[in-house]
Amino acid sequence: MNSPGLSRTAAFATPITILGLALAMALLNLLTPAAAELHVPTYAISLAGKYLSFAMLGIAVDLVWGFAGILTLGHAAFFALGGYAMGMYLLREIGARGTYGNPDLPDFMVFLNYQRLPWYWLGFNHLPFAVLMALVVPGVLAFVFGWLTFRSRVSGVYLSIITQALTYALLLAFFRNDMGFGGNNGLTDFKDIAGLSLQSDVTRDALLVITAITLSAAFLLVRAVLTSRFGRVLVAVRDAESRTRFLGYRPEHVKLLVWTLSALLAGLGGALYVTQVGIINPGEFAPANSIEAVIWVAVGGRGTLVGAILGAVLVNLGKTVFTGALPEFWLYALGALFIVVTLFLPRGIIGLLRERRRDSPNSPAPEKLPA
Amino acid sequence: MTILTLDGVSVAFDGFRALNELSLNIEKGEMRAIIGPNGAGKTTMMDVITGKTRADKGRLLFDDTVDLARLDEPAIARLGIGRKFQKPTVFEMLDVRDNLLLSLAGIRSPARTLFARQTASEHDRIDEILRITRLEPSAHRLAGSLSHGQKQWLEIGMLLGQEPELLLVDEPVAGMTDAETAATATLLREINRTRTVVVVEHDMDFVRALDVTVTVLHEGSVIAEGTLDHVSNQQRVVEVYLGR
Repeated sequence: MNSPGLSRTAAFATPITILGLALAMALLNLLTPAAAELHVPTYAISLAGKYLSFAMLGIAVDLVWGFAGILTLGHAAFFALGGYAMGMYLLREIGARGTYGNPDLPDFMVFLNYQRLPWYWLGFNHLPFAVLMALVVPGVLAFVFGWLTFRSRVSGVYLSIITQALTYALLLAFFRNDMGFGGNNGLTDFKDIAGLSLQSDVTRDALLVITAITLSAAFLLVRAVLTSRFGRVLVAVRDAESRTRFLGYRPEHVKLLVWTLSALLAGLGGALYVTQVGIINPGEFAPANSIEAVIWVAVGGRGTLVGAILGAVLVNLGKTVFTGALPEFWLYALGALFIVVTLFLPRGIIGLLRERRRDSPNSPAPEKLPA
Repeated sequence: MTILTLDGVSVAFDGFRALNELSLNIEKGEMRAIIGPNGAGKTTMMDVITGKTRADKGRLLFDDTVDLARLDEPAIARLGIGRKFQKPTVFEMLDVRDNLLLSLAGIRSPARTLFARQTASEHDRIDEILRITRLEPSAHRLAGSLSHGQKQWLEIGMLLGQEPELLLVDEPVAGMTDAETAATATLLREINRTRTVVVVEHDMDFVRALDVTVTVLHEGSVIAEGTLDHVSNQQRVVEVYLGR
């Protein structure tokens, strides 16, 4: 069965490329001396890890926007919630080595005169629990949000606006000191993960490789979902929702499943992100972050999955270079990029590559991309 | 035995009475043609039966026992009422086989579609529908690339896949060539051998070709019922419809 937007070559090439590059970077970082020409500096390892974490968010956005037609402008909320879950673990892992030397309370709680750990911090001294919460919290929020909105048949631009409101509400909530998540400063000054120093090269290399493995697994999982019969129902719901109802399908349930799955992926991406960036603060909930994620997908090619990964990595690479040179102009550059892509590359980079291939003489039968 | 009963059904949109105390009985196994001028309430009637629009008052019974007014679209579809829209609505980004696969009676829950594998009987059933609808050569084409007439037939095929007891068909030959129209009449008669069919149509030649009981709607109520010759001779029908 052919499946709209997904190429079979990408199914193998994508995970192999991601894992190969991550492994090569990690090995070059570890095994070559700092002076060697091929040496990959440690900061580049963490940057690459950050890009791949963003790619997780990109896949999550493409799954709902590209294949379910839900333009989400609030997906960074799920990413940030996953990030906070991991940040809470990393903060607890500091133990008594904080500025105040309190073994039971993180620094910011001592500073704010907390007498004891809030109940919702219990369990976060265990890494597996934190990873579980990085999935459960975004997942439950997405499920409840999706259940209420899809059931009421809210869609299109109205749904987009509500997702913006969702992430903005969380932004305001997490800014408050009495929420117990470090307020404005967020969570930072992490030292160890699972007993290993976050400053060491080996840990950072390992985190990059783990992120690459997780991203590849997520890519293959989403691909499997999209090529299943469910994936076809999803495309049917995207293109002719009311028709699916008269066939006996419940589009709200279809959307709810894919929306929740997407939030889980975003949450996992956020958790990986925090280990490599070393800080999580309320700024991650900023509405602009969610819009940026949509731009990555548009640039790479909506509804192609591999485009989401490519777009996330390329746009963020561009952001790193650009904000180094002309920090004030980054948002203008991003806006211009979005306009250019919308006008001249409606199917993104992947769409352009596929059109090129199609124009060559012995091309296979044209495969339509989602509108 | 009556498969569908409409008893005093009324629907108003912003004061406009689309259906006005409409009462209608469809017997199991019959084919019925519904005709009437634009705005007579034909499409609203289909909307009410399939759960898209709620009736303001009146009773809607399926198989004499099931109250349709309590159910939503998917529940009514699963009950065995299939609908073909006036404008052909197929899943354009999926190929013809996949369109039919999604229509086949059976798996509907999202969780089960995740793990569903196409069974041999599903494969055979799709082959059979492709043959009936003459879409075999286009089986692997995207539905969006089909001609208008082929889309109409694919949608009828999807309706067959649902295995409904009752088919509601809205203007099946709109935009079809004469040859396609004749073939569609044959197809509907074929389907009618095992299922109840209600056809809404404007095309009088097509209705004549079907040769079935005709119900004439006007301003949301039935004004005549009988053979096409019988209703076309009634003064009231001539006034509101045929004599325009």
